[in-house]
This record gives sequence, structure tokens and C-alpha cells, in this order.
Amino acid sequence: MIEQLSTYAGDIDNLILLMTVLVGFWFFAAEGMFFWLIWRFRAKPGVKSQYLEGHEPHVMKWITWPHGLILICDVFIIIGAVQVWYNVKQRLPEPDTTIRVIGQQWAWTFQHPGQDNELDTPDDIFTVDDLHVEVDRVYHFLLESRDVLHSFSVPVFRIKQDAIPGRAITGWFEATGTGDYDVQCAEICGIGHGVMAARIHIEDSEQHAAWIAASSAAQ
Amino acid sequence: MADTAVATEHVDHHAGEHHGPQGFLKYIWSTDHKMIAMQYLFTGMFMAVIGGYMAYVFRMQLAFPGISVPGFGQVSPGEYNALVTNHGSIMIFWVAMPVLIAAFGNFLIPLMIGADDMVFPRINRLSYQIFLISALLLLASLFVQGGGFGGAWTAYPPLSAVGDYNQTAIASSMWLAAVALEFVAFLLGGINFITTLMNARAPGMKAYDIPLVCWMIVIASILFMLSVGPLIAGAAMLFLDQTVGTGFYDPARGGDPVLWQHLFWFFGHPEVYVVLLPAIGITIDIVATFSRKKVFGYKLMLYTTVATGVLSFFVWAHHQFIAGIDPRMANVFMVTTLLISVPIAELLFVIIATLYGGSIRLKTPMLWALAFIAEFLIGGVTGIFLGASGADIYFHDTYFVLAHFHYTFFPIAIIGTFAAFTYWFPKMFGKMMNDTLGKIHFWGTIIPFNFIFIPLFVLGIGGQHRRIYNYEHFPDLSSAGQYQLRQVATIALLVMLAFQLVFFYNCIMSWWKGKAAGKNPWEANTLEWTTESPPPHGNWPEGLPNVYRGPYEYSHPDREEDYWPQNEPD
Amino acid sequence: MAFPKPAATLRSSTGIPTGRLAVWWLLASEVVIFGGLLGAYLMFRLGHPEWADAAEHTNTWIGAFNTLVLLTSSFTAVLAHQAAERGDGKTAAKFLVLTIGGALTFVMVKSVEWGIEITAGYTITANGFWSFYYTAAGLHALHVIAGAIIMGIIAVDAYRGRELQRVELIGIYWHFVDVVWIFLFPLLYIAK
Repeated sequence: MIEQLSTYAGDIDNLILLMTVLVGFWFFAAEGMFFWLIWRFRAKPGVKSQYLEGHEPHVMKWITWPHGLILICDVFIIIGAVQVWYNVKQRLPEPDTTIRVIGQQWAWTFQHPGQDNELDTPDDIFTVDDLHVEVDRVYHFLLESRDVLHSFSVPVFRIKQDAIPGRAITGWFEATGTGDYDVQCAEICGIGHGVMAARIHIEDSEQHAAWIAASSAAQ
Repeated sequence: MADTAVATEHVDHHAGEHHGPQGFLKYIWSTDHKMIAMQYLFTGMFMAVIGGYMAYVFRMQLAFPGISVPGFGQVSPGEYNALVTNHGSIMIFWVAMPVLIAAFGNFLIPLMIGADDMVFPRINRLSYQIFLISALLLLASLFVQGGGFGGAWTAYPPLSAVGDYNQTAIASSMWLAAVALEFVAFLLGGINFITTLMNARAPGMKAYDIPLVCWMIVIASILFMLSVGPLIAGAAMLFLDQTVGTGFYDPARGGDPVLWQHLFWFFGHPEVYVVLLPAIGITIDIVATFSRKKVFGYKLMLYTTVATGVLSFFVWAHHQFIAGIDPRMANVFMVTTLLISVPIAELLFVIIATLYGGSIRLKTPMLWALAFIAEFLIGGVTGIFLGASGADIYFHDTYFVLAHFHYTFFPIAIIGTFAAFTYWFPKMFGKMMNDTLGKIHFWGTIIPFNFIFIPLFVLGIGGQHRRIYNYEHFPDLSSAGQYQLRQVATIALLVMLAFQLVFFYNCIMSWWKGKAAGKNPWEANTLEWTTESPPPHGNWPEGLPNVYRGPYEYSHPDREEDYWPQNEPD
Repeated sequence: MAFPKPAATLRSSTGIPTGRLAVWWLLASEVVIFGGLLGAYLMFRLGHPEWADAAEHTNTWIGAFNTLVLLTSSFTAVLAHQAAERGDGKTAAKFLVLTIGGALTFVMVKSVEWGIEITAGYTITANGFWSFYYTAAGLHALHVIAGAIIMGIIAVDAYRGRELQRVELIGIYWHFVDVVWIFLFPLLYIAK
């Protein structure tokens, strides 16, 4: 998996790992049994097939036992997934900063609060295709669209949320490391869908303060 | 009942002589289910070539961005969107459905139940004609001003509803109309299949004597019929939005884009089982024949299939976890989605269990049937990752999704088709296919197939998102390694496409010069193998058969022969 | 020469006549189509209380009249079926023609009604309520027209004493068209 740079990226990756182990076991067991049966019961001269009605216990148990065990595995997966889902999508921790993310054909507009850390005030900083955030701060993003469906996706955070025109959807993230990474639009939005690329710049507090100062001066 | 029915039934003894149109006209006006099956089969296979060509073009663009693709030219972003949109739409609606359901359903159902045709032959012909018009309309949409529709096969509004947004206004309405007509064709066809199976069975053929492939095609038709309605309503609304400017999906006018998604996926999810079930039916019938074994758990399979069908109506929003639905609902749909994997796994386990104790012959049809299971298992297990909502946050709209559904759809539509085609070719055309060429084609398809989609899984895990014509704008997706993976996938596709020439060559040479097949070259039990190859008009001109047992009485201990046709009296 | 029916068409493994089975399956698919449309309408209506203002302007009297027309036409369809059961094709045809007359009346009244509404500015694009109004009633009207055409073909055959079993089948379809209207009428005309 790619770098984990949010507080929940590791949880999502662990869920994927859990599934890989459980699902992987059943997958190899089923494929293994399958190929073994083909080899074991390949046609041999003079050997006739067995006539089995379909309720013989010694074969049925190979269906009913895995059945039950798979259901148990499913319970573990469900518990893990509900926890992750709840944390990322159902709860909203108190924000340190709120930003607005606006998708349109074919660019992302990011509205950062300025030095007052309040959105929709005169000192807000608008950028196109460059999102600046500070590490170790809880962000709320207010996601909007000006035209069609878009989707705000930051792979290193593992976050993704569709943007719907006429609605403002709130999500959250907290970055755990610095650097510059891709921001994608993850919902086909027309001819320019492939150029709707942005970058997220995760900065430490000094770099971020410097960026705010520089951008405010420029305005 | 078993003995008297033939005597009282009116069988037209002139059936083989001059019924139906003759000469060239029979290819247009025939109502014979076998002719209609051929029409669906050839139309579907033609559309598969078109859909495959589209995949060739966009995969070349992805592997060698900016290249002038041989046989197409440079691919513009708009053209790329049209290619992926129409590739997906064609493969599902104009290949998988017509071949697996309409072609094999039409050919097999009357034969396997001992009837002389479908119960409504003229409606059968009408359904093909409507289908053909839908295909022509779809193809025409590729050549209008603005080019083919570019809003993805899922056609989410507002992009799909407003010409200014999608810039393919004319094609978007033609595409939608083509899909709607295809739905009408399959509703009509489905009524024929269902009522024929219910009512036109041979005397003595009870419900549990029906071959599973027939059951599967009919259950799929019922599933289609009961799920497509809301989408037809939604499509009418989308069409109105596109053409007269209503605002069903326009938030500025009180509409809701997410409504379309619900209407689409309420159908879209059952639809995948609509195509899966026939493929499973084909697989199990072939496995039974070539392992000389009774199906392990016929009734179990039937009931599990019905359970899958019912459950399939309750999982749809797993396609919409990220779409802005109420997050609490996601938990409900996750549970139902993970639950539905259980009956499907059960179906596969029953097929695998049928191999136990068998005497397995690895002829070409059996290779395809076995490959279906091995490959579909990959598709099935990767679905778990997507059904778990927490993981889907990351995987949604990545190539992981794409590789998952190709590992389900390719086995269904391509492997399933080749399995059925190689198995029933002798019956349809009266000649045997060359088994060696068949095996070359088989390996030349299966091995490259995995080399196409495993790299795409890896790319998806690395965060590569869908429907992007060129990843050059995404530094995190532009590493040398990622480009290499795209190239591996594309080259594998080229290899796979090249091996299809072996198939076409085999078809033509076998049809022309193949060994005569006789009535029952596979020594199978079902009724289609009791008549001539190919069957004449009316199927059994000398008298329709009676049925005395189930379809899978292979290797019965009381018999020396390891098969026992259904129509042989006790 | 009439189309030679295959033996399959005359069989009945379930004991139910094949044509009747087919019509019930057809209706099942139609129920899901109209169900989807009306379900979507209900969701919207519940989420948009202001649609009541638009709904004020549908003419309940015309709607009620058309309901009466359709119910009566369903009655004549029943009479046609009874005649067909007796083997009396000519009478069955006569009652089918009356039913078609009801269909034509329904469509003509609806044309006048829509004409009035459109000139008053209540067009399909006026707002969400009217979009659904015309779409749902329009889809229904298309089914009325298609049904009337098929009914005409069946009436011609019945008059000649042929295919009398189809009179019942088109009657079943007709009752369905009636039932859909029974849902549309309160949703579009009474809920204000």
C-alpha cells in the first residue's frame, strides 16, 4: 500500500490486511481443493465415476462447514469495517481548521481560512489546484460542486468523497506527515476529468504559517 | 401421463417440409428459435469485436500515452471517454446478455425441454428485431456530431443530462434510447423463456428434471424483469432532462442526481446476477457431462440461486458508499453485500463438489468450464474488499474495482461463451470443432487474461483512479514502474486478441470441413442430444420426446453405459 | 394462411393457459416500471412540500371523469370476456369496441386537459411536480393507446370467431392499465 499520511489511513490499511488474510485463506483453500480434485479424479481407463445423490454427509460437510466458517469470518470483517466507516464517515471530530473544496469542470478551488482561521472572512486564501494544510491538525472540508458530480480524493489519506451540486458535504482528515501528494477527481466529470489534478501540500506549522503570510501579502 | 401425451398431441408432420420462410428470406423472417438464436449469437459476437476493438484503442493510449494508435489515430480526451463508455455498455448489453441469455436460451430451452419451438415464435422474432435496432442505434451514436456518449456506462447526471456538460448531446440521447430498446427486447424475450419453460415441457418432465442451464436462464430472466422497471422509469426521466429540459436530476430545480444512482443500481446489481446465472448454468452442465457425474446438490443449487436472486435486490447501494448517501445506510448495505457472497460461494462449492468422485475428461468445453470457476473465484473474493465499506473508501473508483469486475465479467461473458459455444457447436452446426486448436485458443486466452488484470489490481492498490485518459498529470501515478504495468497489461491484451484468430479459424474450418458430429458426440443425457445435428425445423419431426428421468443420471450403478438419456424409457 | 402454431404453444405443463401466464409476467414487469416511477415521485413529493402549490392546479373533476371512463371500460372488457367464454365472438368484439371507445374518450379528454394546462403555463418544465405529472400520466396514456391498438386487432379476430382466448388476456392487461390510473388519480389529483 502507498504511504499512510492520515490518522485513519493505517486503520483502513489494517482492515484491508485483515480481509487479505481471511479471504486469502479461503481463496487458496478453494482453488487448492479445486485443482486437487481435477487431478485426483482425472479420467482413468476402467475407473467409473461415483454416483452421488447430493446429500451424502461425507461430501456435504465440505460445503456446510466452510459455509459456517465463512460466516464467522464475515462477522470479523463487518466489525472491522463498521469501526473504520464510523470513524471516517459518520463522526466529525472537532475541527482545528475548516476549508472549502469546490469542484467544477475542470479544476479544484480550495478556500483556506486566512490568518484568522475562520472561513468566509475577507482574509481567506483561494487557490486553484493547490491545497495547503498543516500536519497534525484536524481539518473539516466542506465539499461542493458547481456543475456535475466530482469526487475529492486524496490517496495518501485514503479519503474519498463525491461532490454533489446543490449540496455541501462535510468530511474530515488529520495529516500525520509532510510532503506533496496527488489530489484526484474520482468521479468522471467530462472531457477534462483527466486534467482535474491537484496537489496537496502538507506543511509543518512554520512552513504553513509562512505560506499563509505570503499568500495574504499577495492578496 | 408419460405414455399418452405424445399420442394426443398434434404434431405437424409436415414440419420439416415447407414451414417457415425459405432461402435468403429465412435469415430475416424466420420464427424458428434456432435461427433467432443464431441471429443473437452472431450479432453479439460482432458487437464483441467492436467492444474489444475499443479496449484495444484505449489500452494502447494508456500504455503509450499520446501515441497514434494503429487503426484509430490519436485518442483525444473526449474520444477516450466515449471509448470506455461504449466498451462497457456494449460488453454488458450487447454481448453478455444477447449471447448468454438470448442466444443460448433460445437455442437450448425448447430443445432441452423437448419442445418444437418457443411458445410465442413471432414475439421471439420481434424481440430480436428490437434488439437489432438497439444495436444499430448504439453504433450510429458513435458517428454523430460530438462523437459517442462519454458519460460512462453508468451515465450519472448531471453530466449525462446536460449536453453542455458532456459535449456529446446527440449521442447521449441515442445511447439512452438504445439501452431502453435493449431492455424492451429482453423483457419480451424473457416472457417467452419463462412461459416456455413453465408450460411447454415434454410429458414426464417435472420441475426437477429440467437441466440447470434452463433454470438459470429463466431465473435470470425473472430477475431482469423485476429489477429493470425502476431504471426504465429513471431512463425516461433522464431522456426528458436531456431533450426537453426537465429537471428531474437538476438540483437547481429541485431534482436529485443521486436518485438516478439509486434507480440505476437497483437494476445494476441484480443485472450482474442476470448474466452470472446463465454462465453458472452452462458451467455446471458441462462439468456434469465431462466428469460423468450427477450434479452434487441439484435442489441445493436451485434454492441457493433463488436466494441469491432475492438477496440481490438488497445490496445495490454498495456502489454508492462514497456517493453522499446517509452514512448510516452504508452499514446496512455492507452487511447484505457480505451476506450475498455466501450463497454465491455455495454455488461454486456445489460445482466443485460435483468433481469429487468423477472421471474427468479435459476436452476443450471442460477446460473453459473449469477456467470459469478458477477465474471467477478471484473476482468473487476481491468483491469482499469492495463490499466492506471502510475499505471501499479507498478502493472506490480505482482500478481495483475495474480489475474486480473484469475478473467476474470476463469469466461470465467470455469464458462462459466459449464454454457454451465449444460444447454446443456440434449440435448447432453438425460438425466437431478441432480440439487441439481449441486448447491452443483456450490457453492463449486464459494466460494473457491474467496478465492484463493482475497488473491492473496492482495499479488500483497504488491509488490509480478510473476513466483517466493520461496519467501524466498525476506525479504519484507516473512512475516508471506504473507505466510498465500499464504496458504489460496492454501487451497481454494484444496477445489475447491475436489468439482469437485461432478461434475464428477453428470455427470456419470446423464448420466447413470438420468431422460429422452425429447426434450425441459427448454422450450426454439432455434432450438436445437426441435429435439430429443440427436439429431440423420442429426439432423432432417424427415425434416430440417423453421424459423418464432427471438430466444428470451419469454413471448410474445399475447401468453399463455411463450415461442415461432422459428420453429412454425405463 | 394463419401462422402455424408450434406444439409448444398448445402445451400446458402447469395447467395454466400459456397466454395467461405470459400476460401476468408482462404485468409483473410493468408493475415494477410504474412502481419505480411512482416511488420516485413519492420520495420527491415528501421532500418538496411546496409542490402542493403546483398540485392545486390539476383539475380533479376532469380526473374523476376520466377515472369513471376507465372503470366503465374495464366493465365492458369483462362483458367482452364473458361473451368470449360463451364462444360468442361477435358480442365479444362489440364490447371490445366499446372498451376502445372508452380508451379514446380517455385520451381525448386528457388532450383537452393538457391543452388547458399547457396554455396556462403548466408545462412539463414548469417545475418538478408538473414534470412528474406529464411523465407519469404520459407513460400511462402510452399504455392506454398501445392497449387499445392491440385490443382492436383482437376484436377483429374475435368477430371472425378466432383466438377468442385472447379476449380474456387483453382484458387482464386492461384492468392493469385501470389499476395504474387508480394509483395516479389520488397521487396527482387528490393529494393537494
